[in-house]
Amino acid sequence: MVAPKISLSGVTKAFGPKKVLQGIDLDVAVGESMVVIGGSGTGKSVLLKCILGLLQPDGGSIKIDGEETAGINGRGRHRVMRKFGMLFQGGALFDSLRVWENVAFGPIQSDGMLPAQAREVAIAKLGAVGLGPEIGELFPSELSGGMQKRVALARAIAREPEIIFFDEPTTGLDPIMADVINDLIVKCVSDLGATAVSITHDMASARKIGHRIAMLHEGRLIWQGRTAEIDHSGDAHVDQFIHGRAEGPIQMQVRRL
Amino acid sequence: MSLPLITLLGRMTLAFLAAVGAVAAFAIEAVRQAAQPPWYRQQIIRQMLEIGYFSLPVVGLTAIFTGMVLALQSYTGFARFSAESAIPNVVVVSLTRELGPVLTALMVAGRVGAAMAAEIGTMRVTEQIDALTTLSTEPFKYLVVPRLIAGVVTLPILVLIADIIGVLGGFLVGVYKLDFNDAAYLRNTLDFLQFQDVFSGLVKAAVFGFLIALMGCYHGYTSKGGAQGVGMATTNAVVSASMLILTFNYFITEAFFAR
Repeated sequence: MVAPKISLSGVTKAFGPKKVLQGIDLDVAVGESMVVIGGSGTGKSVLLKCILGLLQPDGGSIKIDGEETAGINGRGRHRVMRKFGMLFQGGALFDSLRVWENVAFGPIQSDGMLPAQAREVAIAKLGAVGLGPEIGELFPSELSGGMQKRVALARAIAREPEIIFFDEPTTGLDPIMADVINDLIVKCVSDLGATAVSITHDMASARKIGHRIAMLHEGRLIWQGRTAEIDHSGDAHVDQFIHGRAEGPIQMQVRRL
Repeated sequence: MSLPLITLLGRMTLAFLAAVGAVAAFAIEAVRQAAQPPWYRQQIIRQMLEIGYFSLPVVGLTAIFTGMVLALQSYTGFARFSAESAIPNVVVVSLTRELGPVLTALMVAGRVGAAMAAEIGTMRVTEQIDALTTLSTEPFKYLVVPRLIAGVVTLPILVLIADIIGVLGGFLVGVYKLDFNDAAYLRNTLDFLQFQDVFSGLVKAAVFGFLIALMGCYHGYTSKGGAQGVGMATTNAVVSASMLILTFNYFITEAFFAR
C-alpha cells in the first residue's frame, strides 16, 4: 500500500459562527485525479484553500507526502508550495504582465530561471495548451475567457508541479470550450504524472477529469467513490445533485414565489 | 438614555483601536519583510517611476502656484510694517518646512495612494494575490515592500524639487510683480535659510512617503467584496493617508522645532 499523496483527516474550518468544514477525511493517491463536487457555498473553495495553505484550518491534519502541513509557515510552507500548481476560477492572471511573463512567473521569480530560458519554457507550455507563441506577447485583458483559462493552465503547469488544483475549471465557458479545457486538463495531468484535485459543480467536467469523485454537503463529504460508480451511489443527495433536480433532500434556501 | 451613548462610544473606541492594531501589525510585517531578501528590484524601480517621475507635473504645478501665492499674500501683510525684505525668507521657510512636504504628500496621496489601493485591491478580489502565493512568491515582498521602499526614497526627492520650484514661483512674483531686485531676492532667500529647515522637510517627506504607501497597500490588501470593496479601499487609502500626513506633520514639527 503506497502512502497517499494527500491525506486529510478531521479538517475543520469556521468563519465566525459559520462552520464551513466540519471534519473532512479525504485521501488522494499518487497520480490520481480527485474531483470534489457540491453546490455553491458548501465549502469547496475553502477546502481547496486549506489544502493549498492559503487558509489555515482550525483543526485536523493535512498531510502532503506524509508530511503534516497544517500550521507550517515560512520556509517549510515555501517548500511544500513548490509541489503545487493551481488553476484559479477566474484565471487570476497578472494583468500588468504579458502572457508569456505570466506563464514564466514561477520559473523566473521563485526558481531563479533566466528570463530568456523561462521564455522558451513559457512558449513550450503555451504550445501544450494549444496557443501559439504570438499569444505570448499579448496582455491577459486582450484574450477571450477560454484563452485566459488556457494561459492560466499553462502557468499552473509551468513548474511541472506534483499536485495540481483546479478551481471550477469550466465555469463561465461555453460547452465546447469547456470540453477543450477538460481535455487539456486530462492531457496535462497525465503527461506530468501529477496528482490532481478539482472542485466543480459541472458534472460533465467531473466525469471527464475525475478518477474518483467526492461530494461535499454541509461541510462534510457525504459520499466518495469511483467516477463510474456515481450513478449507483445509493445516496439521495448525490442522485439529486448529478441529475440537477430542484426537488430532493437538498433544500435550497429560497422563498416560494 | 446615557447608556446607549456610552455603548456607542465604547464601540467606536474599540473599532478604532482594532484598526490601529491591524495597521500597526501590517506595518511591522512589511518592515520585517523589507529587511530580508529577496528584493524585487524591477518592482522597486517601477514604483519609483510611478510615485516620483509621473507625479512631477502635479507636484510642480502645486509648488509653483503655492510659492507665487505665498509671495503675494505675505506682501499684503508685510508691506503694512514696511518689512517687505522678509518676504523671500518667509516664502522659503514656509515652503521647505511645511508647505513643500505637506502639499506634495497630499497630492501624491491622492494620485498614487489611490492607485495602489485600487491595483492591489483588484488583485485581491480577482485572486491574483493568492496566485502569487501559489507561485511561491511572497505577496508582501512582491507588492507591499517595493511600494514602501519607493515611497520612502522618492518622496524626499519630490519635495526637494517642489521646494526649488516653489521658491522659483515666489521669485517670479517678487521680481516681476512686486518689483524686488532679483539678486537681492535670491540673497534674502539663501541668507536666512538654515540646513534644518530643508532637512526637517525631507524627514517629513520620507515619513509621508511611508504613510502613503502603507495606507495604499493596507487598504488594497485587506479589501474584499468586489468592485464596491475596491472603491471603498481607494477612498479609505486617500482619506486615512491625508489624515495621518497632517497628524504626523504636527508631531515631527514639534520634535524638530519645539523648545
